[in-house]
Amino acid sequence: MQASRFWLTRPFAERSTQLFLAVLLAAMTLVTLLHVALPQGHPLHVNAYTVNLFGKYLSYALLAVAVDLVWGYLGILSLGHGAFFALGGYAMGMYLMRQIGDRGVYGHPELPDFMVFLNWDALPWYWAGFDMAWFAFLMVLLAPGALALVFGFLAFRSRVTGVYLSIITQALTFALMLAFFRNEMGFGGNNGLTDFRDILGFNLRSDQTRLGLFLASGVALALGYLLCRAIVGSKLGRVCVATRDAEARTRFLGYRVERVQLFVFVVSAMLAGVAGALYVPQVGIINPSEFSPLFSIEIVLWVALGGRATLYGAVIGAILVNYAKTVFTGVMPDAWLFALGGLFVLVTVFLPRGVAGLLAWRIRRRRRPDDDEPTGSEVSA
Amino acid sequence: MSLLRSLADRDRVFDFLVPATSPVDVRHGPILYLEDVTVSFDGFKAINRLNLTIDDGELRCIIGPNGAGKTTMMDIITGKTRPDSGQVWFGSRHDLLAMNEPEIASLGIGRKFQKPTVFEALSVFENLELAMAADKRILPTLTARMSGEIRDRIEEVLVTIGLAELRARPAGILSHGQKQWLEIGMLLMQRPRLLLVDEPVAGMTEQEMARTAELLTGLAGKQSVVVVEHDMGFVRSIARQVTVLHQGSVLAEGTMDQVASDPRVVEVYLGAEDEEPA
Repeated sequence: MQASRFWLTRPFAERSTQLFLAVLLAAMTLVTLLHVALPQGHPLHVNAYTVNLFGKYLSYALLAVAVDLVWGYLGILSLGHGAFFALGGYAMGMYLMRQIGDRGVYGHPELPDFMVFLNWDALPWYWAGFDMAWFAFLMVLLAPGALALVFGFLAFRSRVTGVYLSIITQALTFALMLAFFRNEMGFGGNNGLTDFRDILGFNLRSDQTRLGLFLASGVALALGYLLCRAIVGSKLGRVCVATRDAEARTRFLGYRVERVQLFVFVVSAMLAGVAGALYVPQVGIINPSEFSPLFSIEIVLWVALGGRATLYGAVIGAILVNYAKTVFTGVMPDAWLFALGGLFVLVTVFLPRGVAGLLAWRIRRRRRPDDDEPTGSEVSA
Repeated sequence: MSLLRSLADRDRVFDFLVPATSPVDVRHGPILYLEDVTVSFDGFKAINRLNLTIDDGELRCIIGPNGAGKTTMMDIITGKTRPDSGQVWFGSRHDLLAMNEPEIASLGIGRKFQKPTVFEALSVFENLELAMAADKRILPTLTARMSGEIRDRIEEVLVTIGLAELRARPAGILSHGQKQWLEIGMLLMQRPRLLLVDEPVAGMTEQEMARTAELLTGLAGKQSVVVVEHDMGFVRSIARQVTVLHQGSVLAEGTMDQVASDPRVVEVYLGAEDEEPA
């Protein structure tokens, strides 16, 4: 246990983190090379559509890491992380809307199309500042963070945990979905925000920008992963596991459990916000369906499939499930939900520790015992 | 009384000036002093005018039939239950009734519950690390480093509780007895002045009981230890002083032999078994 170093750089000494970063870097390099260096029509050429798809998977992977941080290590089964993801996405969407300028259908220099359509004559106050990238990017962190802070403060202070918390998080994201559906909210109603043109001056529809966004998603995933590893590898991470397995006992040792929960929950919400902000420019739209309770449950399924409390398992799960989703919805759109359900049942029965558990078992590497299987709180999804 | 409290308050304000190890004043002998404590739950007097004094460094066993108020007494000392009347002092300076649970814990009163709860997913070493007296706020915990001093302290406790060989194993694989020792070790990491131990040998094998007896007698002197136990054989093997509780107050006090030959004690023990089966 080499721990006498700065906490943020500690993960670099871990084998699993080194391996994860190496694989991620190799994959990003490979995709970039196959996209840039090979001519179109070459059998190994990766086209812009696929690069874009991979970028989307990477932002989902970051979201899954955020969920694994609170669920895997802290035992908080959040079924509302889609809300933080969507808030980050909306913050980015508002910035992208303001970048359209007078190129919208109605050609208004300041108002987005949907506001002109609603006969509004000025921007609502909460749209102020979103024409500046730094402000919008700050909001990507602060908006989900603030929601998580208020929500978490109330929930954890009242010691709401377990199934009750899961239900409240579902209610939270559902309420936000209903709110964002309303035109009066000023976020584009059920159409959401779309028709984006450029980001930071780069044309969103160009292949280079898509590659750039893909790489940015990869870098964000790497940084988010490192941050989470640094947290779970610290003494605070061990307090998290202790809280997950025996909350009252941890409190009795003198730790302010509700503050630990709040801290980690807010960090996780911010990571989810960043994931949303990277997702939106890559899919070109953000609408209230991202707030849908079903989406939040799906995220938890990715983590469960990949393997809880490993972080890299969450990444594997998110990418595998979403790849399967892309394939399935292409071949048999109606069968996707059945396939997802079946996959979940199979994994729960045969791989209770997810794909990561299978990998660990195959590798049979001697590891430190602390990042082993979660024992206490059961998977109740 | 209010004057005393304000003095105690001022003492707390200047916490950083007080040596961290022990602000407890035991110059007058007793480390724990309960006077005329009464608690009733819905009219039932769980504790009835209880008087009890524990000296610094003493190992005291508390016995008594079920419902005698042993656990309630522990709850009062640790701040979990508030008595209706009476006084509870820790040393001659700290009024425990004016403090909440975390404050009492940080003062140096550690309690081991009946059922061992260790963090099963964490290793034995990490269990002790978390239990250590340290700054337990978020950021200090996040950036905490493992210094040589801390490591030595953990190793020392590992040896005391006899789990040095198992330090890297997850606590979940420990036997029942080993978990109990680990719990005691976790209490020791907090450098308590007073240890409250609730039924330490329930469910233990003979060998485990013998080792637990050794462990507890070894601790006395450095810490004051209060053991609540049912098992008479075990109590006989460790105790110098025994207190018998009955219906919320002290029935008898003395050495094990004195107490065991007291006719009231014999009667209570024989009578209670019919009325109150566990």
